Formats: sequence, structure tokens, C-alpha cells
Amino acid sequence: MALMSYAQAACQALAAAMRADANVIALGEDVGHGGIFGQYRGLREEFGAARVIDTPISEATIMGAAVGMALTGLRPVVEMRVVDFALCAIDEIVNQAAKNRYMFGGQGRVPLVARMPIGIWSGSAAQHSQSLEAWFAHIPGLVVVAPATPADNYGLLAAAIDCGDPVIYMEHKELWGLEGEVPPQHTVALGQAHTARDGTDLTLVTWSGMVHTALAAAEQAVQQGVSVEVIDLRTIWPWDRELVFASVARTGRLLVAHEAVQAAGFGAEVAATVAEELGVPVRRFGAARIPVGYARSLEDVARISAQELLRELMLFANSDSRGRSMA
Amino acid sequence: MPANTTAANASSAEHLLALYRTMARIRAFENAAEETSRGGVAAFGAATNATALVRGPLHLSTGQEAVAAGVCANLARSDYLTSTHRGHGHTLAKGADTTAMMCELFGRASGTNKGKGGSMHIADFAVGMLGANGVVAAGIPIAVGAAHSAKIRGTSAIVTCFFGDGAINRGPFLEGLNWAKIFELPLLFVCEDNRYSATTATDVMTAGEGAAARARGIGLAAETVDGNDVLAVDTAARELVARVRAGGGPQFLHALTYRVKGHVSVDAAAYRAKGEVESALENDPLKLAALRLAALGVAAGRIAEADAAAQTEIEAALAAARAAPVPEPAEAYADIQDTGAGLWR
Repeated sequence: MALMSYAQAACQALAAAMRADANVIALGEDVGHGGIFGQYRGLREEFGAARVIDTPISEATIMGAAVGMALTGLRPVVEMRVVDFALCAIDEIVNQAAKNRYMFGGQGRVPLVARMPIGIWSGSAAQHSQSLEAWFAHIPGLVVVAPATPADNYGLLAAAIDCGDPVIYMEHKELWGLEGEVPPQHTVALGQAHTARDGTDLTLVTWSGMVHTALAAAEQAVQQGVSVEVIDLRTIWPWDRELVFASVARTGRLLVAHEAVQAAGFGAEVAATVAEELGVPVRRFGAARIPVGYARSLEDVARISAQELLRELMLFANSDSRGRSMA
Repeated sequence: MPANTTAANASSAEHLLALYRTMARIRAFENAAEETSRGGVAAFGAATNATALVRGPLHLSTGQEAVAAGVCANLARSDYLTSTHRGHGHTLAKGADTTAMMCELFGRASGTNKGKGGSMHIADFAVGMLGANGVVAAGIPIAVGAAHSAKIRGTSAIVTCFFGDGAINRGPFLEGLNWAKIFELPLLFVCEDNRYSATTATDVMTAGEGAAARARGIGLAAETVDGNDVLAVDTAARELVARVRAGGGPQFLHALTYRVKGHVSVDAAAYRAKGEVESALENDPLKLAALRLAALGVAAGRIAEADAAAQTEIEAALAAARAAPVPEPAEAYADIQDTGAGLWR
């Protein structure tokens, strides 16, 4: 075990993959200088500029070139800096990377990892703060991953690089400095959720930065007599239905919480599937459908706090069997 | 006439005849595709006919065959190529099998793409043809990546990237040329300029001096050539490919040609000036090559033989495609992704 930050964990996972396979390369703006969050620090020094490639600010070509590299034998790890910038490469992700294998009849594979950090982050306002995991979960061909801890950022990035499919890899920008223990040569299978806290009264499914908010809210809920089971989904697509169904079958109700806008968020998909399969009360809690404002007072409105989540948990826990409030 | 001149003439005649054969095969393939596509798509006022064998948009490169034939004559099978929505000629000239191609247009399981792509996405990775693309300019970044990959992996493969004149107004054109130049990638850009961006004349939508000038602005040497003269294309491409193979970095060929048909097969292209097509047909690349072959002393019978052989090949491809099985419905779920396969809803 080694203590490292969420950023260091990803950096070490990538370094290990690059040592093991000369075809693994990294490309994107500023990766040669360590990346703006330090998540590529030291890699150019170890692997050289030919494999840790600083690129122009050309998102479409960063992603499109990665498709061409992947088709011809490399395993590129692409840096988009923030998911908001990945929107400049949406054709290359949705029409090219995701469709290539199918529309060419299985002639090629696109084993790439596209890192595009999500989340509200230190006064960065409307174009650097979005959580768009649901956009990519909607696209056949893509795998979507959102790690919440240093250990998972190591293990899931290792698994994503090893994966033969295009993986949308969404780190959370507020977690870079988070420290935790990481086992050596750690890997986490894609598609496997993790029970972050056991509970008996209600299942709370979440992912990414919201996992930490959820754990804080669950801690406070105990003091109010409600035992909350917190599941960190980790992989958004394909999501771990078995673990979620098993938990909800025990607790009898499901709340899905995420930092992304609630309307048409991935929580709706999880909640609807659980309701269809198990017929239990379900509820969603995501952000209001507003852009993230710059001023702290505005940013706070777009952010879900542990207090708000706790209130939502308690309202739901105290509702009747159809999820209606008994207050 | 000295013996060496006669030998040189005979050799260039045979070379031109080979280029002519490629063009004749592309022409025959596309004529057959057009014929079997009638009613295959509802656009430009055309109604659909459920019995059409080729469905969906069919973009024909009729009149542009010299660009595909002249450039691809200088490429090895192991070289890579990316193409556009108008990609039959590039695919065939790179070495794809016309029966597998026709099966793909017919949506058959034996098609190059197992019936999943059709005309607009035709591809044959086995001959280095990494795909036609339904999005204008989208092949440029992919070609850049394939060339960057060749450089990193230290292979001798080069990449040729075909795109149209409409593509030079999209961002990936600027991004891709700049990227190729700063990394000095083994890449030949070919702007196949047929003068039309869908149904709009490209020149009224393009500021400045056009494709070659833009390439020069990014530091690439750019050559403009008569894209209907297959020998001129071949000669220019040979020189540019040699420079790319010698490590000279990306090169740019601007081939001026003309789209004889509409944007898609059902587009009558009534937006063109009267007489425009008729005068363009005077410069038909097959006609020009046939005249030159005659001047080199090639018997008319050999040209007719090349036409007949192309016709026979394509008729066999049509017959095979008609008889080939369609994909099983279960194939709709194959080759999407390994992680999460089976989780479709």
C-alpha cells in the first residue's frame, strides 16, 4: 500500500501501463509539462516527448488523431483537460471513436482512453464546471467511468487502458488532491460498483465527487435514525445492476444523487430501471437545470451540499411505501 | 525512331493503360451502383422504391476517377488511406475487391463492412483503406493520427488523406494540416476539388485563394494539378509520395476536377449553369486518357478490351451481390463494444 493523491494515483497507473507496453502513449495540451493538474508529472522525463505528446489546442484533432493511432496499433490516452472542451471534439468521440468498429463491420478496434475531468471546481464558472457523463452513456460503443478515490483512479485507469473499447474517463477536478491508500498493481474491473458504506433503510447510488458528499450525509443520517447504504457506481456504462438491485432488494428504496443536472441525468436511468425491475419507491436528486455561476453564492446554488442531500434522504426515508411524504 | 525511345513509349503506354483500367473499373462500378440505386433514397424530390438494391445516399465520383487512380497508383498496400463520403474510387484504386464493395452497397453480409456501413462508410482495412466518412473533413484528423502512429512505431507506411474542396472550410482542415506540419508526419493530403460543396459552388463560400494557398499558409509545399489528367496526377503524386517516404514531412496536392453527377445520385443538380456539364465532359478523364493512348500508338481494340473487362468484372460483382445473403438481425448487436456487451437497454 502507498499513500498518494488522486492525481498521483492516475499518474502512476499511466506510468506503469507505459512501462509495460510501448504502444501506450499520452497526448493532449500541456501533458509534457505535467498537465495542468499534475496528473502527467514526470512522464515526459521518463518516456520522452515522442510518447508523451504535447499538442496544439486542437481538440478535434487530438481526439481524431487518437482514433487514427488506435486503429493502427497504439493505445492512446487522450487528455481533453475538462469535459467542457471535449465538446469541441464531439464528432470525433461520437461519430468516429464510438462508431468505427460497428460501421466498418468489425474491421478495426479503437482502444483509447479519453480523459475529460468533470465537476464544479474553484470558481471556474459555466464552461469549466459541467458534469456531462449522461451524454456519453447515451452513445453505443462507449464505456464511461467516473472514479471517486485515489485507489479507484489507479485501478480504473489501469483497466481503462487495458480495455479494447473507447473509454470516456471522467476524473473529478475537486478530487485531485484527495489522498488515500493505493494497493500495488491495483486494478478495478470496469462495470463493478462498490459499496462504500453498508446500510439497511435506503440505498443511495452515486458516483464521482458526490460519493464523498453522500458519505457525509449518510453519517449524519445515522444520528437521525436512518441507515443509508452508499453505492459508488464507479462505471456509469455499463453500470452494475446486480449490486444495485441486490442492495435495493434489501433496503426497499433507492435514491440516486449526482452533481450533474437532474433533468435527463444518468440518475433517471438508474431510478427508472430499478423501479421497473423491483417496483420499489425511487427518487432522484441532481443539480437544478442552471449553468454554474461564478460568484460563490451562485456556484453554491448549482452545487449539492451534504445538508441538502441529508434533507432529501430524510424526506424520502420518512415517506410512505409509494415514496410520498408522510409529513 | 531509336530503340530506347520506342521502349520508353511502350512502357509509358502500358503504364497509362493500367491507369485507364483503374478508371474504367471505377466508372463501371459507379454506373452500376447508380442504376441499382434508383428509388433508394428520398431526397431532392425523389420518391423511394422499396425494391431498390442500393439504399440511402449514394455519392458518385463520376468524372473524378483520375484523382483516385493517379494517386493510388503510387501507394503500397501497406500504406494507409482515409476517404470521404464520395469514396468508391479511392477504395477500389487502393485495391479493394469490387465484389465485396458491391455486396456492401447492397447491404449484404459478405460486404466489406458486413453490410453495416454501405456506400458512405465503405472501408477495407486489409488494403489500408481506413474508411470513407459521412462527416466532411472528419477523415483528416484520423489520417493525421495514423501518420503519427506510423512515425512513433517506426514503420515505413505513409498515409494519404483524400478530402473535398468543401472540407477546407471546416476546422479539422486547419487543425490537421498544422498538426501534420509541426510533427513532420508522413502524410500526403489530397484535396479532390470537384467545385461543389453539396449543392453549393465552393468558390462562393470560400474566402481567399483556396486550398493550396491555405496549405502554403501553414507551411506545406502545395502543388496544383489538372485532376482530370491521370498522367499529370500520377506524376505529381509520384514526386510527392517520394518526398513523404524520404522523410520530407507532409505534402499537399490540389487536384482540380469536376463532379459530373449531383451531390447524391438522385440530385439532378439543376443549380448548375447551362452547358457547364457538357463542357466538363469534353475533359472527361477517361476520354482524355484514351486520346493519349491512341497518340502513343495503342490500338483502339486494347482500350475497348479494358472497358469490356471492367464491365464484365462489375457484372459479376452485381450478380454476386444480388445472390449474397443479407446480415442476420442478430448481427445488429455484434461489434459494438466488448465491455458491457449484452447490456443493450
